[in-house]
Amino acid sequence: MKAKIRKIATFVEETQREMEREISPPTRKAAAVAVIENPYAGKYVEDLSELMAIGEELGELLTARAVAALGIPGPSAESYGKAAAVGENGELEHAAAILHPKLGTPVRRVLGKGAALIPSSKKRGGLGVVLDIPLGHKDAAFVRSHFDGMEVRLNDAPRANEIMIAVAVTDSGRPLPRVGGLTKNQIKGEDGLR
Amino acid sequence: MPEVVVRKKIICVEEIFHEGGPVASTALRRAAALAVIRNPFAGSYIASIEGFMDDLKPLGLEMARTLVAALGGDPKSVEGYGKGAIVGAAGEIEHGALWHVPGGYAMREVLGGAKAIVASTKKVGGPGTRLDVPITHINASYVRSHFDAMEVGIHDAPRADEILLALVMTTGARIHARVGGLKASEVIGEDGLR
Repeated sequence: MKAKIRKIATFVEETQREMEREISPPTRKAAAVAVIENPYAGKYVEDLSELMAIGEELGELLTARAVAALGIPGPSAESYGKAAAVGENGELEHAAAILHPKLGTPVRRVLGKGAALIPSSKKRGGLGVVLDIPLGHKDAAFVRSHFDGMEVRLNDAPRANEIMIAVAVTDSGRPLPRVGGLTKNQIKGEDGLR
Repeated sequence: MPEVVVRKKIICVEEIFHEGGPVASTALRRAAALAVIRNPFAGSYIASIEGFMDDLKPLGLEMARTLVAALGGDPKSVEGYGKGAIVGAAGEIEHGALWHVPGGYAMREVLGGAKAIVASTKKVGGPGTRLDVPITHINASYVRSHFDAMEVGIHDAPRADEILLALVMTTGARIHARVGGLKASEVIGEDGLR
């Protein structure tokens, strides 16, 4: 393992009722979050390849954890997203190095497919910073019922020299979707969009 | 008494490897189970509320079992516990106190008769309110290494007419515990204190 992990947290959120309506089956989201040492904290480094390699490791680890937390086989996942928060001695580009070049491939390997772009967000922040992980359908980004987000937060991270990385996976869309658009039954799943 | 209506549930599991010191041979795990229920007493003063404690027992048991499962499935691996509640704006702190008996009973039941009082806290608050749930050793409250706390909260709960209920379990001492006091290995385990 290249990443020096201080802690890993998983969150599972299950919505059973919304506006007094029963949600059956309940909608479920899971996020796995790792807090790692930022090898480039406090200095400008041109080549960020170490963080890219860490992104690859974490893509696999966090996706496996999130899917396990939902108790479903990877291919049953419906939507996904990713996010990172860099501690104050790091640079936004460090989050980009983890999230964008190599993290996606192992995510898709664990989930069996994943034609759509993995929606993402990033920020720099202090301890307790909130990450709103954007969510979109894994095979067709335009599925409107699956546009969503999941909030995660750890009170003790990221410290100044740390990075917090999150992968979120769901087995469903929003609890009561009714704003139209492409539905999951209409997915062609070829271009990642529709 | 009124039925227990659950809107959503959350499970968070933290796995802590180090906190700046040596990496522990066994990671510390802490888990929280949260349930958001409708507050049947919201909006007015109701004198007789005590019967709702019995109604909460099945939910408490389910949450306690979920926690043990989230920590690996073996009740013997659980060494610390705590509980808490956040009452929405249309309720009163006394409604949070309804959780003491069913929450504590459930964890003792699932853990096979833990001796120590279950540390607890509660407050009235709006959606997103955070609660630092205190944690102590399950058989001896004075075990210093196991004094801990886990911060919990949900961005969209509790709404005014809801109560957020929390149970927390841990698998051991703080990751770098070294401030002396009664050790877990020295517990007599008769009076719940030492």
